[in-house]
Amino acid sequence: MIRLGAWLALGLLVAAPLAIVLGMGFGSVAPGVPPVRWPIGPEGWQGSLEAWSLLFADGYYLDAFLRSLRLAALTASLCLVIGFGMALGIASARPGRQFGLLALVLLPFWTGFVLRLSAWVGLLRDSGWINTVLLSAGLIEAPLALLYTEGAMLAGMVHGYLPFAVLPLYAALMRRDPALEEAAADLGASPFTVFRTITLPLAAPAAAAAFLLVFIPAAGEVVIPELLGAPDSVLIGRAIWGEFFQTRDWPAAAALASALLAVLLLPVVLYQRLARR
Amino acid sequence: MALEGLSLTVAEGEFVALLGGSGSGKSTLLRVVAGFERPDAGRVVLKGRDITADPPPARDVAMMFQSYALFPHMSVRENIAYGLRRAGADARAIAARVAELVALLRLEGLEGRRPAQLSGGQQQRVALARALARRPALVLLDEPLAALDAGLRERTGLELRALQRRTGASFVMVTHDQSEALALADRVALLEGGRIAQVAPPRELYERPATRSVARFLGAANILEAGGPIPLAPATPAPAYALRPERIVLVAEAPPVNGVRAVVEEVAFRGADALLLARPAGGEALRVVLPAGAALPARGAEIALAWEAAALAPLAA
Repeated sequence: MIRLGAWLALGLLVAAPLAIVLGMGFGSVAPGVPPVRWPIGPEGWQGSLEAWSLLFADGYYLDAFLRSLRLAALTASLCLVIGFGMALGIASARPGRQFGLLALVLLPFWTGFVLRLSAWVGLLRDSGWINTVLLSAGLIEAPLALLYTEGAMLAGMVHGYLPFAVLPLYAALMRRDPALEEAAADLGASPFTVFRTITLPLAAPAAAAAFLLVFIPAAGEVVIPELLGAPDSVLIGRAIWGEFFQTRDWPAAAALASALLAVLLLPVVLYQRLARR
Repeated sequence: MALEGLSLTVAEGEFVALLGGSGSGKSTLLRVVAGFERPDAGRVVLKGRDITADPPPARDVAMMFQSYALFPHMSVRENIAYGLRRAGADARAIAARVAELVALLRLEGLEGRRPAQLSGGQQQRVALARALARRPALVLLDEPLAALDAGLRERTGLELRALQRRTGASFVMVTHDQSEALALADRVALLEGGRIAQVAPPRELYERPATRSVARFLGAANILEAGGPIPLAPATPAPAYALRPERIVLVAEAPPVNGVRAVVEEVAFRGADALLLARPAGGEALRVVLPAGAALPARGAEIALAWEAAALAPLAA
């Protein structure tokens, strides 16, 4: 029964939507609801590869793809480095204190996502806190352009995705055997060498998982770049959104979404290969 | 577990066992010597040098962990070489030393394996090889045989002893198993509540326990109080005596002192010998061990027991 339910849920919630999106990518734009002519109709095959050819038609989408992957990789790397430090700190704290520290990591989730981003806007805009303080201290003469920059976007991304990196790393680091680190120290390893040769390699699978947990959603992120990032550097999430809601070219949007999914599948497959070894 | 007013000296090349129950402080003592725990007071001295403040990497001491603590992401070879590499030895010297240890501990052909691919006995030998690699002055062993099957334990224990003689290092082993401690160590330190209750060579500890609690821990000994229901005529007067069960014999008629009549409560045939529980009138049941060939009395029978005056080991407290 449970197995049947699982297959049913997977089919209805994962496979079916996926099939619809994939199919839509081979359709063409047509007036109606939804605004799509499906690739298979009463007369058989009527699809086209037009939407897919759009992907390579000019550099616009390719650039958006590369920009998104670069931002996702940067976000995931920063989250990994910061998150590893935090996770190690929490896992090394007294057991009674670990719960409180973890709660602090999760606390931002209790406030709304958009609200947290608005806080960044309030901090970074020309009349925001940072510029106000710097101006009144006489350190700068004109407000710094902080908002709508790469830096602002990256800060928002790291802030938003950090807990996804901390949690798997914490789970792995908490389970580690303290005797291994003691044994290494006993054999003459300095604290840094213990970290480099024992703690870090043993946490590598968790680090890979943490990286992917940030990288994958970050690659398709729409809201954070929209609110904090530079308006001229379009990311793939924004491009898909635009095709769906502005140009209403659903096949193009579906093709872009399918391509993004295919690209993101690669690191997951790679990770599973490595994990199985 | 706290340690208190504890002093123990281990000679060069000596094998000392720290014997005690859980919570006796034996593992804490080992961790203090290894440097994992800092004592509030007192000193740890190795070869005349005070190492109390030294962190573990700076101590010429190697520990073998109860769980072995082998590095799961490294091969047998890398595990053994770990300490040598930290010491900055060159590649050729490391390879030579690893080969030497692999031969010493019969690990040939396993050098490339990960710990998870080894049997329990092989893991134990790798852990030992890793501890011995840098030729430490002192090797600490935390329950080195506890994780092994019963059949493997005795042989491995004897191998451990032979290895200790060959390397000439001092070994300090923590164990809760008295037969292991008595069989392997030159001296046994019995720990109780963070103190050393007695340090003595195995035979002396067994035959001449210092106190009631030592006698009780070593198990099986009968403790007879002076002035108790059984009339005693000891060689040396003391408040109480330990009487080993194998020193008691069955006789036709109980002597007026150093003997008693008793009723057999339980008879257990154990192969190499037989154990009787015999209760004298108004006293606690005595444990009596009879040789395998002896005729065994029936349960409920009244028997006469006797022992020599020298068999009564005086207890101080």
